[in-house]
Amino acid sequence: MSDISQAQPTYNYKVVRQFTVMTIVWGIIGMGLGVFIAAQLFAPALNFDLPWLTFSRLRPLHTNAVIFAFGGSALFATSYYVVQRTSQVRLFSDKLAAFTFWGWQAVIVAAIITLPLGMTSSKEYAELEWPIDILIALVWIAYCINFFGTIVIRKVSHIYVANWFYGAFILTVMILHIGNSMAIPVSFTKSYSLYAGAVDAMMQWWYGHNAVGFFLTAGFLGMMYYFVPKQAGRPVYSYRLSIVHFWALISLYIWAGPHHLHYTALPDWTQSLGMVMSIILFVPSWGGMINGIMTLSGAWHKLRTDPVLRFLVVSLTFYGMSTFEGPMMAIKTVNALSHYTDWTIGHVHSGALGWVAMISIGSVYHLIPHLFGQRAMYSTRLVNVHFWLATIGVVLYIVAMWFSGVLQGLMWRAVNADGTLTYSFVESLEASKPYYVVRFIGGCFVVAGMLVMAYNAYRTIKAPKGSIAADPATQPA
Amino acid sequence: MSMFWTIWISVITLGSIIGCFFLLRWCLKNFAGVEEGKSMGHQFDGIEEVNNPLPKWWTILFYVTIVFGLVYLALYPGLGSYKGLWDWKSSNQNIQSMEESRQARQDAMESGDYVQYDVELAKAAERFDPIFEAFAKVPVEELAFDEDAVKIGRRLFLQNCSQCHGSDARGQNGGFPNLTDDDWLYGGSGAKIKETLINGRQAAMPAWLDAMGEQGIEEVVAYVLSLSGRKVDQQLADKGEARFAVCAACHGPDGKGNQALGAPNLTDNIWLYGGSKRAVTETLTYGRNGVMPSFKQTLGEDKIHVVAAYVYSLSHQPE
Repeated sequence: MSDISQAQPTYNYKVVRQFTVMTIVWGIIGMGLGVFIAAQLFAPALNFDLPWLTFSRLRPLHTNAVIFAFGGSALFATSYYVVQRTSQVRLFSDKLAAFTFWGWQAVIVAAIITLPLGMTSSKEYAELEWPIDILIALVWIAYCINFFGTIVIRKVSHIYVANWFYGAFILTVMILHIGNSMAIPVSFTKSYSLYAGAVDAMMQWWYGHNAVGFFLTAGFLGMMYYFVPKQAGRPVYSYRLSIVHFWALISLYIWAGPHHLHYTALPDWTQSLGMVMSIILFVPSWGGMINGIMTLSGAWHKLRTDPVLRFLVVSLTFYGMSTFEGPMMAIKTVNALSHYTDWTIGHVHSGALGWVAMISIGSVYHLIPHLFGQRAMYSTRLVNVHFWLATIGVVLYIVAMWFSGVLQGLMWRAVNADGTLTYSFVESLEASKPYYVVRFIGGCFVVAGMLVMAYNAYRTIKAPKGSIAADPATQPA
Repeated sequence: MSMFWTIWISVITLGSIIGCFFLLRWCLKNFAGVEEGKSMGHQFDGIEEVNNPLPKWWTILFYVTIVFGLVYLALYPGLGSYKGLWDWKSSNQNIQSMEESRQARQDAMESGDYVQYDVELAKAAERFDPIFEAFAKVPVEELAFDEDAVKIGRRLFLQNCSQCHGSDARGQNGGFPNLTDDDWLYGGSGAKIKETLINGRQAAMPAWLDAMGEQGIEEVVAYVLSLSGRKVDQQLADKGEARFAVCAACHGPDGKGNQALGAPNLTDNIWLYGGSKRAVTETLTYGRNGVMPSFKQTLGEDKIHVVAAYVYSLSHQPE
């Protein structure tokens, strides 16, 4: 962390600062919304009979806010930071950078207005209507030009592995978004998908699963490849492992979408391909986890004193867990039990809260002192408090959803001696209720952690420059 | 699927898997020009990369999943129109209707094709059909007092009917009748209940706004409400009575309804769409179109017989 004092005035940190602060803001809003709708699931009266507060309208707002507003801002912030520092050059264009920031914020504000009003394309994780889709496409093309432009003008001979992942994420998300959002507008606020029936379903999950694969995985692996070695002060474990897991990951992920459509009208052959590729995908996914965790060899003792590193390492553990769970759930026989149950929700959140949020939070804690001229966060103790709040919250959430999901799966398939189903749907819902309460409590822990983070970040940013002394315990050797 | 697409799919699928295999083989070799365990020699913002070999257990895992994938694609359909060595099918995938489905099942059974859905249905039929066949021999009115039958009927009801009629079968406002009050739109005998379940019902209360005008509707509403003893403006009701002749065609001159047409009794203060003045006005103004779907295809007549016994039992409790 000593290189902050080196002469490097040419980097564009303004856009990184903007996105970093918004990461925290959108994190609180998005996760707060999640907690609110989690409460609605066991106390339905909380929609107050107002259409714009119903679960059906706030759920897409929650997913958009956490994935694209929180996760997206974290990816913009870190990719702009990492690509500059590892290429030793200022961003290709400051104007494009500013456009991506303000454009992206406009997209999110538009989502906050239109989704509660019930304007939706009804495509999961792509609910926003066509005018907003066009804005997203423009912002993304600008991002693409700016990122790859910076790579082109880099001052170092090689392209660092973090930038491979960021690059794959940016390029593929552009293709996915444009492909999936093709629609015929009938008015300014309504459009119909260009695709129909099983083809539409396949398109949606080609997009949907690769939003997971490229947005929520490849992008955040880029983050991992910079912030883990940087925070640990250790070299990346294996260059060759990063090559094989990068190429295998991006070539296999694109196939995995059909596992969301097992036992549907999708043709058998498509389901088989989705399952086979998902299972092979397990191995390159773990390649990333191994490379991250093994990077710590020789620095394990730092975990005792550095809560930021703890965030990063625990996120990798959750990444490993989710990428084992995912391929397992893609096996048709397992899917027959897990599909449509809360198990899926638990799986998504072990990825989203355990992996995506924790790696982002760790990275933001690393970034803030660097961006605002400090040597450390205002309070390392509060970072540690946040770490435990987040960890307890995630574990409560995931375990509750496992119980609830498996219970639902078993209840739905239970059959009496006469061939009738043993339980009605509402009985399985009743059985899930206590777990919904536990999930809500887990969510409260996570949001409480984010509020602690906001306070800590505020104090760090507001403190006079250079006034916070480095915490000797957390400094890399 | 044409040959072109089968080849296209096979080439890119197998290409991806085999490509991963060669990628793995390539990275197992030390091509980096640096001794294993040493730094690659480039630095990015202070970060170095070490040329460590791939973990052995991880490499083995990679081989295992690749082999699994190739074996699975040999056994099951995956490569375009290739059927797989086991000739397994989840279902008959190109059918468009229940008739085609039945035909396809017949054909598959005759030709000995393995279609998982058909096989599971056949197994279930073999195990469970005799139970329902036995119940179907007992008249509904009698079966309604058979505890086992009513229990099974109730479970079928919870799965198939409760979404509209409620878990307690008391219905809900908006056209979903209460099934426990012995007030029947189309008749409450076992045969009539079965008829409703098998064929469904399509109710049609016409809209009267154009024919009667708002004033006319207000008068008829007053008269209709008076039929079940509600306090109304008598002058309005009298005028309404004169207009009621057109209503009598279905609801009868005394307003007691007609089960042959599904026209409700208007004198018993039981309301399918609400009995407030406002609700009745809405019914007359815009009309109502109630739909009870047919369950013939989903449940089959023998199961319907048992559901009918449960529904009948709701308003015929043993003393």
